[in-house]
Amino acid sequence: MIIGIDVGGTHTDAVLLSSNGIEKKVKVSTDSTDLFHTILSGFSQLLDNIDPKKIKRVVISTTLTTNAIVQQNMNPVGMIVSAGPGIDPASFKTGKHYYCVTGSINHRGREKAPVNKMEIEDIARKMKKQGIEYVGVVGKFCVRNPSHEILIKRISNKYFKKIFLGHHVSGNLNFPRRIATTHLNAAVFSLHKSFFEAVKQSLEEKGLTVPIQILKADGGTMSLESSMSFPGQTVLSGPAASIMGAIPYAPENQDAIVLDIGGTTTDIAFLVDKAPLLEPVGIRRGQYKSLIRSLRTDSKGIGGDSVVRVKDKELVIGPDRKGPAMAFGGHEPTPTDALVVLGLMDEGNLQNARKGIHAIALDLGLTDDEAADQIFKKCCSIILKKTFEMIDKLNSKPVYTVHEFLEGYKISPRKILLLGGPAPYFAKKIEELYQIETVAVPEYSVANAIGAALARTTCEVSLNADTEHGIVTAHEEDFAEPISKTYSDDDLIETAYALLKEKAINSGADPDNLDEVEVVEFQKFNIVRNFSPRGKIFRTKIQLKPGLIKGFEKVLQ
Amino acid sequence: MLKALNKTGLVFFPAFDWAIDPTHPEREERLLYTQDQVTEEGIFDISGIIEYKPELVTTEDIRRAHFCAPDEETITTQSHLISAGGAKAIADAVLNKEVKSGFALVRPPGHHSMRVSHGGRGFCHINIEAIMVEYIRSRFGVKKIAIIDTDCHHGDGTNDIFWHDPDVLFISLHQDGRTMYPGSGFPGELGGPNAKGSNLNIPLPPGTSTKGYLYVIENCVLPVLEEFKPDLIVNSAGQDNHYTDPLTNMNFSAQGYAKLTSLLKPDIAVLEGGYSIEGALPYVNLGIILAMAGLDYSGVVEPDYNPDRLKQSVSITDKIKKTADLINSYWKQKDELRQKAGTPGDLQVRHKEIFYDTDNIFERQKETVRICRDCGGCFEIDSTATPGGHILAVHIPINACKTCIETGYKFFDKADAGKFDKVFLQDRTKDTYEIK
Repeated sequence: MIIGIDVGGTHTDAVLLSSNGIEKKVKVSTDSTDLFHTILSGFSQLLDNIDPKKIKRVVISTTLTTNAIVQQNMNPVGMIVSAGPGIDPASFKTGKHYYCVTGSINHRGREKAPVNKMEIEDIARKMKKQGIEYVGVVGKFCVRNPSHEILIKRISNKYFKKIFLGHHVSGNLNFPRRIATTHLNAAVFSLHKSFFEAVKQSLEEKGLTVPIQILKADGGTMSLESSMSFPGQTVLSGPAASIMGAIPYAPENQDAIVLDIGGTTTDIAFLVDKAPLLEPVGIRRGQYKSLIRSLRTDSKGIGGDSVVRVKDKELVIGPDRKGPAMAFGGHEPTPTDALVVLGLMDEGNLQNARKGIHAIALDLGLTDDEAADQIFKKCCSIILKKTFEMIDKLNSKPVYTVHEFLEGYKISPRKILLLGGPAPYFAKKIEELYQIETVAVPEYSVANAIGAALARTTCEVSLNADTEHGIVTAHEEDFAEPISKTYSDDDLIETAYALLKEKAINSGADPDNLDEVEVVEFQKFNIVRNFSPRGKIFRTKIQLKPGLIKGFEKVLQ
Repeated sequence: MLKALNKTGLVFFPAFDWAIDPTHPEREERLLYTQDQVTEEGIFDISGIIEYKPELVTTEDIRRAHFCAPDEETITTQSHLISAGGAKAIADAVLNKEVKSGFALVRPPGHHSMRVSHGGRGFCHINIEAIMVEYIRSRFGVKKIAIIDTDCHHGDGTNDIFWHDPDVLFISLHQDGRTMYPGSGFPGELGGPNAKGSNLNIPLPPGTSTKGYLYVIENCVLPVLEEFKPDLIVNSAGQDNHYTDPLTNMNFSAQGYAKLTSLLKPDIAVLEGGYSIEGALPYVNLGIILAMAGLDYSGVVEPDYNPDRLKQSVSITDKIKKTADLINSYWKQKDELRQKAGTPGDLQVRHKEIFYDTDNIFERQKETVRICRDCGGCFEIDSTATPGGHILAVHIPINACKTCIETGYKFFDKADAGKFDKVFLQDRTKDTYEIK
């Protein structure tokens, strides 16, 4: 049996699955001031009368790091940043303890200016004096040559508890995002570490000794041990859990939309032949941009509890939420109240809901039922409009080669999968309004926990081979090997597969679940100087695709 | 968090699977390090910088600027259509006011392609700026356009396409044609009889540094623009004036390019040449992007930049000043020069020989233009290419007067189709293209 638990903003959902399907599901309120207690009470209820020895897998998704960011409840972190030519690195300042130092590596990975050891020593001592314990070191183009980051760490190691290096974060280029991501990992490290060590200990006391897996933003899992170096990857794992939970019901060889309609927001995502789309670079939320691999989701300010108003004789819904629906004790009318008035939803106080909708109806000169119907329709149309806007945006993604340009995939979804509390009511209405097959995912209220339970380990490796320099590297994995002039495409892919496999097993992947490997990127260039060939540059990125583990087919029905 | 002062659009199309041949300067690797630098700098994350997808230009788009022989399909590849389409996408974004200005970082380049194109010359097959400019005129009705070509090679293709057009001001800054391909672009080349002064060619001596370039921009280009009052400024942004370029002999720098961009304030910049792919392009392109966006570019300096070593000699400075004075005097006399160029209603004939170095084609042209004071004048070009065909191409300009429209149709009607492989009529007033 396996366990998936998703600690959300308001609820914590947990499921116990066996090859027969859902054995047990639990919903508890989230106490955002004490997530540890929340998670334990989820486990206690789930494991009541269950032999913990039968549990083979545990996957946890939490809002721990997300909350820490939102509440600015993070460790102070010292950053040492070396940039070289380009945009002033002071523009990417992460906080008070941020130092731009000399030293520069260029786009080919060649050293253009050396590290100044004295300068680093001085900064390290200064930060130590100010009580800094965690430090991030980030160099521009460190993914081409990390030697400066490594040297800076060596010089300053003795002053700090832990130093995070930029080139370990991702194989992707993007210096500002690398700074933000390295900073995040360092800032939430001690919180993440103490929380999960406590969880692990408590579970062990309950007799649950299987290795814990942590859900990441890309809809995959990593082992608790590997999460210690990259705690930032757990950010926004909640939306990822929901999307993974919708996969079993997605059509094969077709595109589908996943809508998770919550109280405050609706999360929009897409599945192409049952595989979720990834963000091309990393998580973006408003101003915050990172290199954290993530599923492509957009959160829009429309949900069951969005405030309904009349402005200039026009109905306006959201984007804000001011507490629950009136039917559930709130003070402002909401789409949920409309559902109650229309008799679609049995729960809640009909009288209170009607009071709210009546006020809207008066402003619009309609009957209560007409007003409620309009609110419901309008709510559906806003959600669909935002969805189609996102599809247009995805389909206008720029491309870099002729091949990709001509073959550029266009998303054209044929099915909508709905999750979240009001899913079944919306499914019928959306299908009626838009003539597109729309279903509420079975077990829609705990689909997120199911998604977490079934998510398989994911990872990615990026390699760069340069036959002029005679080296193949994957600096993210601390890998570098000499190569000959005759190094080929096949050699590179072989090396990449070996590295990916090793990384996956180290992250806790089941060796039986390693066949979903995909070459995400492959490029080859002749290096020519003075009109004669000097060598070749090869670049590749391969990944273990996000998806579900095998052996739980029955759950999917 | 960085925020662009000016909303800026970018199209990036490095054509990573297209090359003239594997070791040619115009090859896949050319924009690789630029892409790396731009990506590593996080340019596309800057608020106010928007990336656009290139489109494919259509045959109709090409036919506004060119007569392709034997046809468009034969002399272009998908990469050419996308490269020109990149410029078109930026034009749409700028003219629809989604962004204040935009930069198309595309390849293959285009500024050596002339109005009649039998194939590739100077690494160019079709003229991406000209196709864009003609698209802008037809689609958005923009009247006066200035094209400033800062590639190190004379933009002879663009020069040729707008030779007779008084509404398009073409200014090219380039290394002296006596020392550099294509060997043209001297100050006396001022445009056709109906458009004298609307083509200004400014040759610069080898060894010109940042100081010399900016002198010409400030003392020649900007005053002329001030007077011409274009509705739109286009920059053919070649980057081969850089001190590390392997094909040229100039001493321009990334800081200089950025400064030039902030002085010129182009609405649209389109990448042309530039073959120092590691030492120059990553920094020059970054500098241009930041300058367009109104962001600080002071940190964009090549690692080996040494301004003292790149200083231009006093004699170069003097030469540049003299050239600038000459160009300014031509510009002041432009109305007079047009008066003197011929009698309205007359037909004036010009013979030209064009060599296509990339595709090894030799072309002979006989051009007949109607002298006109009311428009750019219609003209016909009788062109024979070896190897290649024999064509007659008739052009009626976009703002043509009634008589020039009629004369253009007469040219076309009286042409004996039996004597030519093809006879073309490009009527820009109606945006049509006929073949017989």
